[in-house]
Amino acid sequence: MMILGKPAPLLFGQLLLGIINGSFYAMLSLGLAIIFGLLNVINFAHGALFMVGAFVTWGLLNYLGIGFWPALVVAPIIVGLLGLILERGLIRFTYKLDILYGLLLTFGVAMVLQGVFTNYYGSSGVSYGGPAVLSGIVNLGFMFLPIYRGFVIGAAIVICFAVWFVIEKTSLGALLRAATENPSLVQAFGVNVPRLVTLTFAGGVALAGLAGVLAAPLYSVNPNMGSDLINTVFAVVVIGGMGSIGGAILTGFALGIIQGLTEAFYPPASSVVVFVVMAVVLLARPAGLFGRAA
Amino acid sequence: METSTILGFTRTQALGFLVMLALLIAAPFFVYPIFVMQVMCFALFAMGANLIMGYTGLLSLGQAAFFGMGAYVAGYTVQSLHFTPGVAVILGGLTGVVLGLVFGWLAIRRQTIYFAMITLALAQIVVFFAVQETGFTGGENGIQNIPRGMLFGFLLLTHDLQIYWFVLAVFLIGFLFVHRVIHSPFGQVVKAIRENESRAISLGYKSEQYKWIIFVLAALISGVAGAMNSLVMGIATLTNVGNETSGLVVLMVLVGGIGTVFGPLIGALIIVAMQYYLASFSDWVTVIQGVIFIACVLLFRRGVVGEVAAMLRTAL
Repeated sequence: MMILGKPAPLLFGQLLLGIINGSFYAMLSLGLAIIFGLLNVINFAHGALFMVGAFVTWGLLNYLGIGFWPALVVAPIIVGLLGLILERGLIRFTYKLDILYGLLLTFGVAMVLQGVFTNYYGSSGVSYGGPAVLSGIVNLGFMFLPIYRGFVIGAAIVICFAVWFVIEKTSLGALLRAATENPSLVQAFGVNVPRLVTLTFAGGVALAGLAGVLAAPLYSVNPNMGSDLINTVFAVVVIGGMGSIGGAILTGFALGIIQGLTEAFYPPASSVVVFVVMAVVLLARPAGLFGRAA
Repeated sequence: METSTILGFTRTQALGFLVMLALLIAAPFFVYPIFVMQVMCFALFAMGANLIMGYTGLLSLGQAAFFGMGAYVAGYTVQSLHFTPGVAVILGGLTGVVLGLVFGWLAIRRQTIYFAMITLALAQIVVFFAVQETGFTGGENGIQNIPRGMLFGFLLLTHDLQIYWFVLAVFLIGFLFVHRVIHSPFGQVVKAIRENESRAISLGYKSEQYKWIIFVLAALISGVAGAMNSLVMGIATLTNVGNETSGLVVLMVLVGGIGTVFGPLIGALIIVAMQYYLASFSDWVTVIQGVIFIACVLLFRRGVVGEVAAMLRTAL
């Protein structure tokens, strides 16, 4: 079967890869948007913490014999705790400074994390097997789907929906949104805003850690896996704008799919297509697709 | 405040300039000349970044695109097209200008963190280009054994000391050029925009155009710096164009002192020296640099030169 002059299996295969990449773009840009909303800090260490999540997953198995399923819970908690320490120990001192200092600080944190892991594990990294239950491939009729990949897409959709639900539909989320709009007013109502800020950072970072767990069986676990991905995620953030949670999720998935389709139709452009889209969006709608004018 | 000035320099700055000049003339006789030349190349690069960071208040994380492409163009034209080093350096600068015009045109539409992310993303395109176009860039190997050749028909640049005078001359031209830009009426408007953009706009200044010009000038200087660096080192590689280099130049400006005259040179000296003398620690250098980044943001936001200037209660 041919679709638009391309064999259907190739097209669906690239589409699948695109949706998987999009899952990671969505999960990471979601965390960035939540953190930015409350802290006004763009977390440049987000990619490095995603990488730490993948390494923790690998470490849990290799040092402690803890497998994939427990790691899905344990690794994000460990990364979240690391985030807690980072926010309390370093990042909170930048709140009163120019917004760019938070960026520079987290940039330094990313360098430290990446350097430490490169020293211990080398730049080629390690490989992680993934759960046995999800190994294997199913035939969907129009294409073959590796079960784990299907699982990642399902998990990403559930995670994104859950985060959206918590922020938009629960009272905790309402508190968070209120604190984003006017922190001093929320504080006046007796809410401990600094604690809310710390927990938000830890939560956003834990989300990056969770994405790292999901990525561990898919990609080689190496110190650069975060920095390679995060540049694209920043372009996604520029395209979507950081004003809305739903916008961040949609833009993430959409750009993954666009990237996958470009890979099918014109492979040389696939690595730059996201950046080209970014340039076009900047020309047409400088504030981003879902952004409020800055 | 600045009662007497010499060519726009305050007295302390003029004194600082003379000390710098004397040290740089004496340096190659006491220190490994290649090291000092690399410091000057990176200082030039950092002066470009400082122009953006210090005088528009914007943070570009894509400066390596200009530096790296300047290096590639100079390396390629000298090695494959047999251009003379002087022409190659000019072409390196022009490469920076062309890229800077495009990057600036897009990035200037957003401010603060978005500006930083956009410049980073645009620089990523240049990295992909450098990886893919192996015929031009040499891919993973880079362009190697770039010949230094002759300059003006009499300076034999293969001699370390002779190329040193060439690098010093270009460095000084760059230094005085940046100084002139900052102290020109144009520079005053740029500073006014940094201090209060809405007021500058209400006075009729087109703030975006001013920022764009500064961005392009910085790209020009970065391209020249990259071209010089490739001639000095004899190679142009993916490292020159990569994001680590963009981070490094920001670190140099931060360590030296954002918006200071001598900061970029001091910052470049510290960071390049670290890479030379701590090379045996391999990847721990990255960790140390990251720690310096954090320390600068939390403890020494004025940088080395800024702290000294504050102690002396003068501008340096």
